[in-house]
Amino acid sequence: MKMELIQPFINAADAVLAEGLQCSTTVGSLSMEEEAYRRKGVAALIWVTGDIEGRVILDLDPQTAVRVASKFAGTELPESDTLVRETVCELANQVTGNAITALNDQGFHFRVHPPILHTTDGAKSSEDTEALVICFETASGSIFMNIALRYNRRRQGERAMAAGQ
Amino acid sequence: MEQFAPVKRSKDGQPVRYLVVDDSVFARKNLVRIIETFGGQLAGEAGDGATAITEYDRTNPDIVLMDITMPQMEGIEAAEKIVRQHPEARIVMVSSVGYQENIVAALQRGARHFVQKPVKPEVLYEVIKYVLGEDATVSNAAGAGA
Repeated sequence: MKMELIQPFINAADAVLAEGLQCSTTVGSLSMEEEAYRRKGVAALIWVTGDIEGRVILDLDPQTAVRVASKFAGTELPESDTLVRETVCELANQVTGNAITALNDQGFHFRVHPPILHTTDGAKSSEDTEALVICFETASGSIFMNIALRYNRRRQGERAMAAGQ
Repeated sequence: MEQFAPVKRSKDGQPVRYLVVDDSVFARKNLVRIIETFGGQLAGEAGDGATAITEYDRTNPDIVLMDITMPQMEGIEAAEKIVRQHPEARIVMVSSVGYQENIVAALQRGARHFVQKPVKPEVLYEVIKYVLGEDATVSNAAGAGA
């Protein structure tokens, strides 16, 4: 997987978490995933289509989600399934949206789909959509981001043809 | 959360009324908390563009805070439909997807401004004051912190 596709997501996650949690984050671990994705907690999935296509999953354990939600809200929130789901989905939405904004500024065009809860352990990554798993360590707990993106070959061909004309 | 000098309607000194549109309940709640720090009042909420249109008709808010990526009907389309019916509508797009094409599309279809998520209260506060213009006054009430 191309690092130029991944870096905007790392930057976006860092910025969104730093702003929302009012603390710095560190990348705790980084690994390639070849097997089917195994959820670590509550996960939200966002599909991206266009010049680059694939999906981004954000994954938090419920206690971390409550701490994150409370930080974002500026007040202690009671744990509930709804709060946990909403927090994970909105976090995925903000990270993906900010990353897509940066990639769009580089000339890529996409459509971001609304987040959905990732309830299964997902399809196996194919060879050209291998997934990268990044763990962000924050004061509120660990936040996992799983990214599987690839260039849309048909769109790449169209762009190359347009450039050659 | 930081408190701001209350923004009131010039015509009657009442709090500015907001319609908050986002498919995420979490995001809506956070926006409501922020507008309360501006002295604002929630007129209504909607979780998609189609509901936003009916809620606008029902509540006639001073400001709409509208997400872009939503199921059923996206925010830009909803903004266009509201402005077509209510040219005076003041709609501020609030989205994590902040690239130029999106912003231009929203502004061309009638939105007045754009704020990127995660929302910084101080940024939204300035945008609200700008969009309301002379239709708002900033009260110097005690407790104002900004």
